[in-house]
Amino acid sequence: MEPVFADFDLYLSAFWLTIQLFFWSALASLAFGTLLGALRVGPVAVMRRTAGTYVTVVRNTPLLIVFIFIFVVAPSLQWFVGTPFLVKGVIALSLYTSAFVCESVRSGINAVPLGQAEAARAIGMTFGDSMRHVILPQSFRAVVPPLASVLIALLKNTSVAAAFGLLEATARMRGFTNANADVRPEIFLLFALGYIVLVEILSAGAWTLERRWKVASR
Amino acid sequence: MTSILFDAPGPKTRGRHRLYTLATVVMLLALAGLLVARLVEFDQFAYAKWEPFLTPSYIEAILVDGLLETLKMASLAIVFAVVFGLVFGVGKMSEHRWLRWPSWLIVEFFRAVPVLLLMIFIYFAYGVGDGFGSFWAVVFALTLYNGSVLAEVFRAGVNAVPPGQAEAAYAIGMRKTQVMTIVLLPQAVKIMLPALISQLVVALKDTSLGAYVVAPGLTFVGGSIQDEFRESRLQTWTVVAVIYIGVNLLLTALATWLQHRLVGEKSPLDTTAIPGMQSTNTGGGAGGGIV
Repeated sequence: MEPVFADFDLYLSAFWLTIQLFFWSALASLAFGTLLGALRVGPVAVMRRTAGTYVTVVRNTPLLIVFIFIFVVAPSLQWFVGTPFLVKGVIALSLYTSAFVCESVRSGINAVPLGQAEAARAIGMTFGDSMRHVILPQSFRAVVPPLASVLIALLKNTSVAAAFGLLEATARMRGFTNANADVRPEIFLLFALGYIVLVEILSAGAWTLERRWKVASR
Repeated sequence: MTSILFDAPGPKTRGRHRLYTLATVVMLLALAGLLVARLVEFDQFAYAKWEPFLTPSYIEAILVDGLLETLKMASLAIVFAVVFGLVFGVGKMSEHRWLRWPSWLIVEFFRAVPVLLLMIFIYFAYGVGDGFGSFWAVVFALTLYNGSVLAEVFRAGVNAVPPGQAEAAYAIGMRKTQVMTIVLLPQAVKIMLPALISQLVVALKDTSLGAYVVAPGLTFVGGSIQDEFRESRLQTWTVVAVIYIGVNLLLTALATWLQHRLVGEKSPLDTTAIPGMQSTNTGGGAGGGIV
């Protein structure tokens, strides 16, 4: 433990980078994923199929390969050449996570009782109206638990950035264990603890939202 | 596709939808055109750059040293993870506190820690030198992570068995262990089998992380080819990605087929609500297939 506490500012700055990666990717993938989810349940067949294809392809690609496409392949087409590493990491994480956000949003819409959509249509609401006033507000509640798991997965997935020169927590742990072979388990536990604290904060937040938004009946 | 979310469109709406369709198609074509123009500009269609992937010895390397090793690691990890998940999943449901608590702690710990962090630690602490090497470091890391996820899946599966089953078993005089092993678990496994296959997709994708600790597998082979042919970066990773996607689609199809075969059209086990579980069920989690 001694070596980590001697360089504790490095530990903290590593987790700060992890948090930054997480925050910006979460924002971007929530926006893009919700858009994809809306396209996937919309009435226009081409949009549905495009969003569906994106989700299928990205979901079945390992995250590391997505990173490789942004960090290694794109530069060979002169894309993302001078882009900062943090931005490239956020792009890779967001492209990947959006597919899972899309699926959560869709499952939330699926969880809204059938009668609600039928009633909205029966009183003459258009697709936009019924989505805005009836379906989406209810699906937001149902979507909290799956979305929380997607965000927790995203938080853990930031560790993949370690393989691409970003000195976030996982890369930093590797550095520490290289230099201090005799206390490896302790160093691992200390870094694991950092991730666990962040995960617990996320799940506590989700749990509070879930309780506050719980649908009264059913 | 009929949906409950919107009515059958009238003439005006149909016209509007045609407009949206046209706009989407134009946008997609523009994107594809942009990409192709770029590919042509940087001469990415050149035969020389694709040559390695038409050469038998390289194809063999990709399939044998790459795909086969990846599949081996993923299936070993899932087999061990099932054992791990059974032990700690049942442990978490135990009535004895001394069993429930440690099981809970272990499952929570390995679910919250990134699998790459775990992999790096296992490899550098126990894998290098006289250790068990990077192949097993990947397998063990994936076992611990997927096992703890499966522990939750097992719990959800046992809870998904109708309560009358356990009641009936107790009524004919079975003991607690018998109820679990003879009545609940066999039925739970049937419900869970699709979720298990889906978890295989997750494990398969995560084996690619092994490249970071120089474990064999598709990503590692891709890296070697890329080192040899610096100009074929795009081609290499496109081929690797296509193989990953193809195999995972096959596994997903298998999971869907099993779902229909074993569980029927009933809603699949809701695994999306389990933290860390990235369900690849095509039904899409909660109440799948309504809309």
